[in-house]
Amino acid sequence: MNFGLISPELALLVIALGLIVLDLIFSDKIQKALPYLTAAALLAPAALVLMLAGPSQTSFYDTFVVDGLATIFKLIFLLAAAMVCLASASYVKSRGISAGEYYTLIVSATLGMFVMASGNELITLYIGLELTSISLYLLAGLHKTDNLSTEAGMKYLVLGAVSSATLLYGLALVYGTTGTTFLPEIAARLSTVTPVLALAIVLIAAGFGFKVAAVPFHMWVPDVYQGAPTPVTAFISVASKAAGFVIVLRVFGVGLAPLSDFWPALFAALAAATMTLGNLAALNQTNIKRLMGYSSIGQAGYLLMALAAADGRTTSALVFFLVVYAFTNLGAFACIIYFSNQTGSDEISSYNGLARRAMGPAIALAFCLISLVGMPPAAGFWGKVNLFYAVFQSGLLWLVLIGLVNTAISVYYYLKIVHAMFLRTSADESPLRGEFALGLTMVAAVAGLVVLFIAPALLTGASDAAAGAIWR
Amino acid sequence: MNWTLTILIALPIAGAIVVALGPPDNKPAARILATLFSAAALAVALFAYFSYNQQAGGLQLVDRAAWFPAIGVSYHLAVDGLSLPLVVLTALLTFLAVIASWNIELRVKEYFAYLLILEAGVIGVFSASDLLLFFLFWEVELIPMYLLIGIWGGPRREYAAIKFVIYTLLGSAIMLFGILLLYFNGPTPHTFDLTALAQYRFAPATASAAFLLLLFGFAIKLPSFPFHTWLPDAHVEAPTAVSVILAGVLLKMGGYGLLRLNVGLLPEATRQFALLLAILAVVSVLYGAVVSMVQPDLKSMVAYSSISHMGYVMLGVAALNAISLNGAAIQMFTHGTITGLLFLLVGVVYDRTHTRDIPALKGLAPRMPLVATIFVIAGLASLGLPGLSGFIAEFTVLVGSFSTLRWATILSAFGIVITAGYILWMLQRVFFGPADERWRHLTDVSTREAIPLVALAAIIVLIGVYPAILTDLVETGVAPLAARIGPP
Repeated sequence: MNFGLISPELALLVIALGLIVLDLIFSDKIQKALPYLTAAALLAPAALVLMLAGPSQTSFYDTFVVDGLATIFKLIFLLAAAMVCLASASYVKSRGISAGEYYTLIVSATLGMFVMASGNELITLYIGLELTSISLYLLAGLHKTDNLSTEAGMKYLVLGAVSSATLLYGLALVYGTTGTTFLPEIAARLSTVTPVLALAIVLIAAGFGFKVAAVPFHMWVPDVYQGAPTPVTAFISVASKAAGFVIVLRVFGVGLAPLSDFWPALFAALAAATMTLGNLAALNQTNIKRLMGYSSIGQAGYLLMALAAADGRTTSALVFFLVVYAFTNLGAFACIIYFSNQTGSDEISSYNGLARRAMGPAIALAFCLISLVGMPPAAGFWGKVNLFYAVFQSGLLWLVLIGLVNTAISVYYYLKIVHAMFLRTSADESPLRGEFALGLTMVAAVAGLVVLFIAPALLTGASDAAAGAIWR
Repeated sequence: MNWTLTILIALPIAGAIVVALGPPDNKPAARILATLFSAAALAVALFAYFSYNQQAGGLQLVDRAAWFPAIGVSYHLAVDGLSLPLVVLTALLTFLAVIASWNIELRVKEYFAYLLILEAGVIGVFSASDLLLFFLFWEVELIPMYLLIGIWGGPRREYAAIKFVIYTLLGSAIMLFGILLLYFNGPTPHTFDLTALAQYRFAPATASAAFLLLLFGFAIKLPSFPFHTWLPDAHVEAPTAVSVILAGVLLKMGGYGLLRLNVGLLPEATRQFALLLAILAVVSVLYGAVVSMVQPDLKSMVAYSSISHMGYVMLGVAALNAISLNGAAIQMFTHGTITGLLFLLVGVVYDRTHTRDIPALKGLAPRMPLVATIFVIAGLASLGLPGLSGFIAEFTVLVGSFSTLRWATILSAFGIVITAGYILWMLQRVFFGPADERWRHLTDVSTREAIPLVALAAIIVLIGVYPAILTDLVETGVAPLAARIGPP
């Protein structure tokens, strides 16, 4: 038994428990330091993840695997967790959210995601998924004095439970058919699609579709995104979505790989529906958190295209896209949190004239939105070009065309915000106060996007390794 | 790596960052910094001009590095006789535009930052030797231009800015389809490298389709009738210096694209569609000129005249021989200087009178003799008076096209007559005749305002008298294109 392999997970567990203890002992005195402490502490699991990077290894009787796929996704989760912690500092404090619980739950959700990235067996994966989900339900409702937040937590919990049940039913059918829960074993025992397996695949896809916010399992997104504390929304939109994709890659790319003449068509339909509905619904949103919710649905649609192609090249493109998306969305949400702290509003109309009142954050938000469109000079350009190119090479021209049309649609609502910030004017022209932690988050995100734009080769090696771990 | 072109593109970007991060509420600092950076870029551009070996010709000053190998994209910059004049033109006009913009008082830091980013993007378009890099730089120009029109523009600025964005985005999206068509049907392994693509013979169907897609993108930018309607709106609303850049440099991206991509990569398809190009050219020339004639607004008159003059570029391309292509390339440079100058002059007049209404402006010449003199020089250059640069360009186009497109040439030559009509009529109404009482207090230009005016006028005269400084260089760039086309 190689305990070393789960050292990053153990480190996360220690951090989570440590935070509870610290909060109990020092309570009020340490509240202010907690976000920085948590973000710094997350460097330890990051170092451990990097130390374990290399050829694929398994432990705990093959239930747990560390490979290229797990490594890159764990780094995405840590990046998201650390940046969300930094971005939460003043938000959590000013709204009276209990800091100890808040940061502990962020870390425990991250721990669950780690297990999702490394699970090699259905039950392990499911436990990771539940640990993540329950942490997120709590986080979404943690702003207890806010009705919208409570509603978001409740809605997320109820719909999440239904999706979990659906998923579990699908997994049970797979187990019933193959007699094993180990993914490589499942692959070895499957050959053709039976009606039972087809049902199982549909149920599993529905369960995961909920996690990644795919249409028609997206109903929770706008309300939860709007109601949850904004840093939690950022965390859900990045880390939870990435976790959803890694678990899909594990279950479908490894376990159900022999049936890959059946399920890619399912994902193609999901992709087309998801990006089209997400982008169309985003067009007339007036609240920026809802808009970002629909935007994240649209982005999920692009990512699902890669699953529709189902090969190594597209998986590499998916991982590349996800890393860039993580930087982009975290940066955008850092700006949204900043503006929300300063102006007290999430309405797009309150963004009028912000460029004059806070130039730096306005440029950062504009840059992230440009990256979401997929325009240069942000890394989102390579993310999208690489993904569309890979999907096209797999012969799915029609899907790429739908993606391009959607990109054109998305220009409107992303630039609507840029337009409000830079071209509109507001009655109030007083400059906004700077916030160090949020500024740091924005700089980190924008720097990441610029560096990956100039030198995408920094990432392509890791994304190829991730794809190589499942498509041999 | 030679680094010259990389530095030339990096300088304005660095300048934009420095200006944007500079001290707040310090307008003079922003102005001086922007001037310094644009001057440095101009110096590097001139260095590139003088270090280019005209005897050797071909692509020089190459900067090349792998960028996204999985897709076949490389960072590949180089210039030849076709692109180098436009690179110099961009650096020159940006420098002069920065000087002409010292009177901007609103959000100064932002303004100069966008102007400098715009410069980097346009120089990138002209020096990219990789199709995807070309497209990328093409897109970079969009956002700063949108903001420049949308923030510092006239009363209908938001409308004009959005119209500009929609037209440009539509054009570039369709152009991208053309680029991708070439990429996927080109040599294997797929490549965006311009040189490799130029050596490849595309299947006729692919070539025709790609030609039309690219033409659509470039015709919007040029702009050619019937895709021109964004231009008058953008120009009338844009602040003076932005109009200079828009007409002087941005429109040239369309003409450059036609020469580099349509002619350079798809010569057979160009020949096949020569008639279409000729018709678009003639209609643009005549339509632009006739509409200019009836404009009561000085600025929209100059804007419509651009449509007419850019029609000659299209005519030169349509005629497809060495002389006409030379003419098209020269016309791009000379039109950049002449129209740039005209917009600067309109701006100077507007700053003083607060009107651009031609009938309202009367007898300005005694009040502002220097402006009047230079306006006359620019006007005469625009109508193609021998001895000034406009003549060299349009004459070369017409001489070249007469042999292959006789009727189109005769009709287009008539455009010069109309141009002479509206230019002289405008000069007479605005500057001569009895002076209006309202304009008695007007003063002539200050030294700062005079610098760009005199500089551009000097270049116009210089090229008119000694065209070889431009034409020798252009010829080295056109020769390979002409060689590929062969005799008609």
